[in-house]
Amino acid sequence: MDDYQATRSAIEAVWRIESPRLIAGLARITGDVGVAEELAQDALVIALEQWPVRGVPDGPGGPGAWLMATAKHRAIDLVRRRTRYNLKLQEVARDMQTQALTFSEPDVEKLDDHIGDDLLRLIFIACHPVLSAEARAALTLRLIGGLTTHEIARAFLVSEQAVAQRIVRAKRTLADKKIPFEIPAPGELVARVDSVLEIIYLIFNEGYSATSGEEWIRPELCAEALRLGRLLAGLMPRQIEVHGLVALMELQGSRIGARTGRNGEPVLLADQDRLRWDRLLIRRGLAALKRAEQLDGPPGHYTVQAEIAACHARATSVENTDWERIAALYVVLAHLTPSPVVELNRAVAVGMADGPQAGLEIVDSLASRPALAGYVQLPAVRGYLLAKLGRRGEARAEFDRAATLTSNAGERALFRARAAECDEP
Amino acid sequence: MRYMMLLSGTNPSTPPPPELFEAIMKLGGEATEAGVLLDTAGLLPSASGARVSVAGGKLTVTDGPFTESKELISYALYDLRSREEAIEWASRFAKLHRDLWPGWEGQTDILQVMGQPDLG
Repeated sequence: MDDYQATRSAIEAVWRIESPRLIAGLARITGDVGVAEELAQDALVIALEQWPVRGVPDGPGGPGAWLMATAKHRAIDLVRRRTRYNLKLQEVARDMQTQALTFSEPDVEKLDDHIGDDLLRLIFIACHPVLSAEARAALTLRLIGGLTTHEIARAFLVSEQAVAQRIVRAKRTLADKKIPFEIPAPGELVARVDSVLEIIYLIFNEGYSATSGEEWIRPELCAEALRLGRLLAGLMPRQIEVHGLVALMELQGSRIGARTGRNGEPVLLADQDRLRWDRLLIRRGLAALKRAEQLDGPPGHYTVQAEIAACHARATSVENTDWERIAALYVVLAHLTPSPVVELNRAVAVGMADGPQAGLEIVDSLASRPALAGYVQLPAVRGYLLAKLGRRGEARAEFDRAATLTSNAGERALFRARAAECDEP
Repeated sequence: MRYMMLLSGTNPSTPPPPELFEAIMKLGGEATEAGVLLDTAGLLPSASGARVSVAGGKLTVTDGPFTESKELISYALYDLRSREEAIEWASRFAKLHRDLWPGWEGQTDILQVMGQPDLG
């Protein structure tokens, strides 16, 4: 790599690290996320022109402070040029002119003052409920994750144009509806935090479930979601569910290396080689869970799911797993988020704690639920419990049904293999 | 991708200034809050460690210090998107040492962790 290339790569890395804070700070000044992003991009372009010639800024605060100061100058220019701006914006501009006097000696502490709050505002606005889930995910990855449109498109297996449109429309919606760049009022905070957590977990699951497409790029989405979650936990340390979600993602993430076999086929939890679980992520997940537990207030569904994941993470084998606790946690979870899928998971846990017959009884009570019609895991779980009871013929039929229902080739092969095992002497 | 960073160096005769510790804690806090710093710790001088080596089919245990090399000072494990980001974070820590502890010389070796290619 020559010097020029090396500088370009360095700029891109700085951009990745700094752009969320940059955009957040500029959005506070301009009140418009779209304008903020453009200004930040302008600063990037200037950096790309200047740094390869003059070198990467080495002053206090480093290249990040340089980008921020440059972008703020552009913001001031912009505000000055736009005379049609209303009085309020003129006030902001006057405010900034006084600030500008300090730019010759950038005060890093001062620049950092609002960073946390600004980032949080940026996260809340990117995940604003006025936007669709898809738009929220794309905007979050773009503005806070620092991903390019191309990278987001690749991750979600959609065209670059579609992502670009999604982002443009989202920014326009935020501007049209005059969504304020602010931290939600206490009364709506819980709902707004939920809206953010939902998007982070959606991004994680998009990577984790890998229902289709080139799977090698998918874990990167899990990593993005994890970074976003950790960032949010640092910004909102008092929110139980934020830590709960981080714990859940760290713990689920710890199994990624073990949940596919040599040929990319899925490996179920019970069959995973636990030596391949990532101990560092488990340790981090358990620590995040502890932080959630130490806060006052009732745990929400992310924290309870993390508790369940923690039971698995702590166990050295399927047999040594605290299935009674898991079954009890599923009762809590069913209370928080009633769903036949949660009930089905409870059936598995009960099957392990109290024997397959007890589990089967729960499954059979669910069989008629319309929500589970065509749900792959229903026959899969039923087959598993029947096989444990030695009712092989019935088990085989259930595995065959599961194989027919799934759209995932790897999963189908797995169910076929389970069905074949039922025929073995 | 995960990157292991190993900081080694030679300490000058002057004691490390408290500002350096503060700055390191602050930058480490930033990296943690950004969700990229997974694990880090300082290392005691090799005088309190030992080395187990194999040479010519023979196993030898040697007590520290390992005088022939610079002392390893700390390790840090990062979750980052690229090698360039790793270089950027390592440079930030290196600059702190350069700017706040005159005479300090050292290096950070950046190594990508094998396996689990893209997960934090």
